Amino acid sequence: MSAELEGRAFLVGDDVDTDLLAPGAYMKGPIEELARHCLEALDPDFARSVRPGDILLAGRNFGTGSSREQAAQALSVLGIRAVVARSFAGIFYRNALNLGLLAVVCPEWDGIARFDRVRLDPRAGRLVHLASGRSFACRPIPGHLLEMVESGGIVPWLERRLAARRAEGAR
Amino acid sequence: MAETLAQKIVARAAGRSSVEPGELVTCRVDLAMLHDSGGPRRVAPILERLGVGLWDPSRVVLVSDHYVPAVDPESARILDLTRRWGRAHGVARHYDMLGICHVVLAEHGHVRPGMFVVGGDSHTPTAGAFAAFAMGVGASEMAAVLATGEIWLEVPETLRILLDGRPGPGVVAKDVLLALCRMIGLGGAGYRAIEYGGEGLAGFAMEERMTLANMAAELGGITGLVPPDRRTLAWLERAGVSLGEAELTRWRSDPDAPVAATLRLELDRLAPQVAAPHGPANAAPVDEVEPVPIDQAYIGACTGAKLVDLRMAASVLRGRKVAAGTRLLVAPASARVWREAAADGTLATLTEAGAIMLPSGCGACAGYGAGVLAEGEVCIASTARNFKGRMGAPSSRVYLASPLTVAASAVAGRIADPRPLLAERREPEPIGEEAARVG
Ligand code: SF4
Repeated sequence: MSAELEGRAFLVGDDVDTDLLAPGAYMKGPIEELARHCLEALDPDFARSVRPGDILLAGRNFGTGSSREQAAQALSVLGIRAVVARSFAGIFYRNALNLGLLAVVCPEWDGIARFDRVRLDPRAGRLVHLASGRSFACRPIPGHLLEMVESGGIVPWLERRLAARRAEGAR
Repeated sequence: MAETLAQKIVARAAGRSSVEPGELVTCRVDLAMLHDSGGPRRVAPILERLGVGLWDPSRVVLVSDHYVPAVDPESARILDLTRRWGRAHGVARHYDMLGICHVVLAEHGHVRPGMFVVGGDSHTPTAGAFAAFAMGVGASEMAAVLATGEIWLEVPETLRILLDGRPGPGVVAKDVLLALCRMIGLGGAGYRAIEYGGEGLAGFAMEERMTLANMAAELGGITGLVPPDRRTLAWLERAGVSLGEAELTRWRSDPDAPVAATLRLELDRLAPQVAAPHGPANAAPVDEVEPVPIDQAYIGACTGAKLVDLRMAASVLRGRKVAAGTRLLVAPASARVWREAAADGTLATLTEAGAIMLPSGCGACAGYGAGVLAEGEVCIASTARNFKGRMGAPSSRVYLASPLTVAASAVAGRIADPRPLLAERREPEPIGEEAARVG
């Protein structure tokens, strides 16, 4: 399984809330439309400047606010593969993992600048700043949960489990 | 081994004799709550994909509160879809336009001590006022719960918050929470279970306890628990649920249960609080906040429009008028609140003062319904959140305060301290007593 990922770092600050990630005004519409407005109140160019494969580096309490999972989904739609934050709001953290978006707690990642390249190992719990070679300790994601994330989130994971159960029942 | 209330509930739900913080467990869900916004329209496609129905419709409560009443064809479609889905899946308990989900659950006795509750909304911890372990989840996770009746959980540590003494006039549960938000910061509870305690807690009516538990979400707690007492039993009795006194001793933390941290707040030293834009943690005592002129005062939401909240506002507004150039909007939290506030004269007091009544529902709180703000407008609200752009235009600014302070500000036309207005009364308003009668 794909243990490590590498990408460009995109930086945001503390307390980035779900109304910034998934603005209420676009909640009625399709997710692709919502994603175009992701974080626009913070940075009007956000959706245009992120690239698929980017890793979002955030401050503390990332994803605070509502339970709307579109906050995590919007980031996935924009191609972000992982959010590394000093800390997460609990519901966002669960939503991200449940949607197959890696959410990794990394209390300290000082010295990494916008667009620097980083490598993330969620299983071992390590973030590496490629330019300086510095390594930062993260909270490893328990294997059981990582398996769920890597299968694309809780729905595909459950789909597989249910299919297996049905196959067993049919025998 | 001594255990916290959170551990006891999680252990029961996980079918274990005990659990330790940090353990990854699977819990059986006693009640799943969905609303029109994050509910059927999001979970239905997922359940279809999984090819399964509900694990147990009798454990599901559906509430239409976010997009009510419909304001455009899209919100009407969402409400219609919600109704059809509820009928098709045999969900007998669908509260359609009868109030905000967290308040409706409490009013109908759906949340009780020791229950494990999962809701598709971040303020689900409100049910913790009744000593239920209640956590909010997103739609995919809700779909998984609906399909299996189970949820994964890392057993949380407990953060104990002790409320000492008695609050002075003009100070209520909302002020306690705003002060706590400033003390520990937004999300400062780090997804621990928050458990309130201390001698001050006994004085809070159930609805005030609901406010404490509700804003555990802002503190970043996975849930916010209030140990049950006679008031809890009395409220449930009224909701048609009779519980024995044994529940009171069963659902509380063991005295020596280890907790992650203990925080104390002296209620008698607390002033009314106002949180400046754009976060609940920007709270400060009202007399230290600049008296900013306001365009709109809003009494609404699960946090701030229960019967006690409306009565608070009425206690300030009785015989007074909303300032010219300011509008006061009031959206009672539920149909029952509406009825009771009409019966006891609260509504008349509010409307005579110039309040404009709005339908029960989330409304302007989440920027979904009537009462949203224009560019640059300033609002003071009894809601839980003042994130940028939440209540309307991105450049609007929202201050958070108690219903007392919101009402006082509506009268002054700028942010104002409710205490002088309350003191002017010949007979001080018996908020505590009224509250006691309610809860
Ligand atoms: S009133 Fe506001 S905080 Fe309460 S459930 Fe509705 S949107 Fe959420």
